Amino acid sequence: MAVYRLSTPISEEIVRKLQVNDKVYLSGTIVTARDAGHRRALRFHNEGRQLPINLDGLAVFHCGPLMRQENKSWRVVAAGPTTSSRMEPFEDQFIKLFKIRMIIGKGGMGKKAVNAMKKYGAVYGAFTGGAAVLAAKAIKRVKGVEWSDLGMPEAMWILEVEDFGPLTVAIDTHGNNLFEIIQTKVDKTKEQIYKKLGIK
Amino acid sequence: MVTGKTVENVAVKLIQLAVTELPQDVKEALHKAYNEETNKIGKAQLKAILDNVNLAEKTCAPMCQDTGVIIFHVKAGSKVDGLDNVETALRNAAVRATKEIPLRPNAVNPFTQKNTGNNTGRFIPYIHWEIVVGETLEITVMPKGGGSENVSALAMLSPNQGISGFKKFVIDTVIKAGAKPCPPTVLGVAVGGGAEIAMNLAKAALLKPLNQPNPNPELAKLEQELREAANSTGIGPMGLGGKTTVLAVKIDYAHRHPASYPVAVVVQCWAARRATARIYSDGTIEYLTHKVA
Ligand code: SF4
Repeated sequence: MAVYRLSTPISEEIVRKLQVNDKVYLSGTIVTARDAGHRRALRFHNEGRQLPINLDGLAVFHCGPLMRQENKSWRVVAAGPTTSSRMEPFEDQFIKLFKIRMIIGKGGMGKKAVNAMKKYGAVYGAFTGGAAVLAAKAIKRVKGVEWSDLGMPEAMWILEVEDFGPLTVAIDTHGNNLFEIIQTKVDKTKEQIYKKLGIK
Repeated sequence: MVTGKTVENVAVKLIQLAVTELPQDVKEALHKAYNEETNKIGKAQLKAILDNVNLAEKTCAPMCQDTGVIIFHVKAGSKVDGLDNVETALRNAAVRATKEIPLRPNAVNPFTQKNTGNNTGRFIPYIHWEIVVGETLEITVMPKGGGSENVSALAMLSPNQGISGFKKFVIDTVIKAGAKPCPPTVLGVAVGGGAEIAMNLAKAALLKPLNQPNPNPELAKLEQELREAANSTGIGPMGLGGKTTVLAVKIDYAHRHPASYPVAVVVQCWAARRATARIYSDGTIEYLTHKVA
């Protein structure tokens, strides 16, 4: 259970050192993307168009933030993670094509994403679900917003963060998945619980 | 006579209180869980939740970016004058709160997928009405997040499955939900009535203070038994492991049709937000869940 303070862009070498249960505090640039953001980024790629920002070595934050515009500049009001499994259909392509090194969200991801993280070198950092003000506090500046036609939650927000965390490494580059480990344990206790409750 | 303006102002205040500050009983339950959690990662999650709750309260910011769907419970004294103003006032309050606090716009047309942008729409905010004896108007708001709502479930069991089937369904719902509802959660559980009766009772059970045991001793025992069982799953805070999966279980029931055994489980996340105020006939306002300066 090591603690890391990392800055983006993160190298593949560093990301491959991380293990499940490690704690990370992240500084640098991260971008938000939910389903619609993922879909558009992949469409851009298919059409041979450049993304508005080079994602190489950055972190993608599964988040639909609550923002407020004050004197023409944006301020983050609340920005907790959203459920990552919704991005499962696209994340493997995302990791492969854009070389992101970290995915931040809640609830973990499935086999396809886990395999891509192993193959291309990325980790999943779990941020405490709903801890939106804590997240907002670590976001020092809104560097920009792209694809705002998708609406506030779905737009791609480019954020500068400082000591963003704690992020629990829940999927590492070695194929370990903390959520799966817990789930297996839970399934094992199930029969015992039934018995204790007198369930036939 | 309660005026629309009074109701609107009180409702805006209630929404603001609810989304920025947890009621004392929920805060206490989270602190207790933090003190008792032995799993390191689980404890770190609870620490992050408590830090976040503190920060939200201090900076008057919504504690979670999902400020939920707005649900009102209105207990209307039969002698209150001006009840016909209440519905419009509550809708106006949702619009104002969305701009002023702000809230995330969370009302989407299920056919066109258009977001109204102001947290109002068909049946939204939803208003539950109850007529009671007296001259006061009591308003409760429960902003309900989507992540925990999505794992709520209803089972139409066969009566011969009885209590055993009831317990199994509750535990299975917790296990199936895993990390999704941002545990530790509160479970509103109801049995009997019919499909919608059970669901309504289960959701309303979430409005009861967590530290108040069920007045029915048998049900109080069942609540404790189910809480302990849920906490022995090992799911833990945020599904990352630990012994705090559920902060409290709240049970209610209705008599059932001889052929039916409906069981409803409504899951509430750690952001168990609610706020209540009472408006008296002389215009005095009393906040019941929060301290208001
Ligand atoms: S489940 Fe609750 S705490 Fe988690 S993101 Fe949704 S509203 Fe927030």
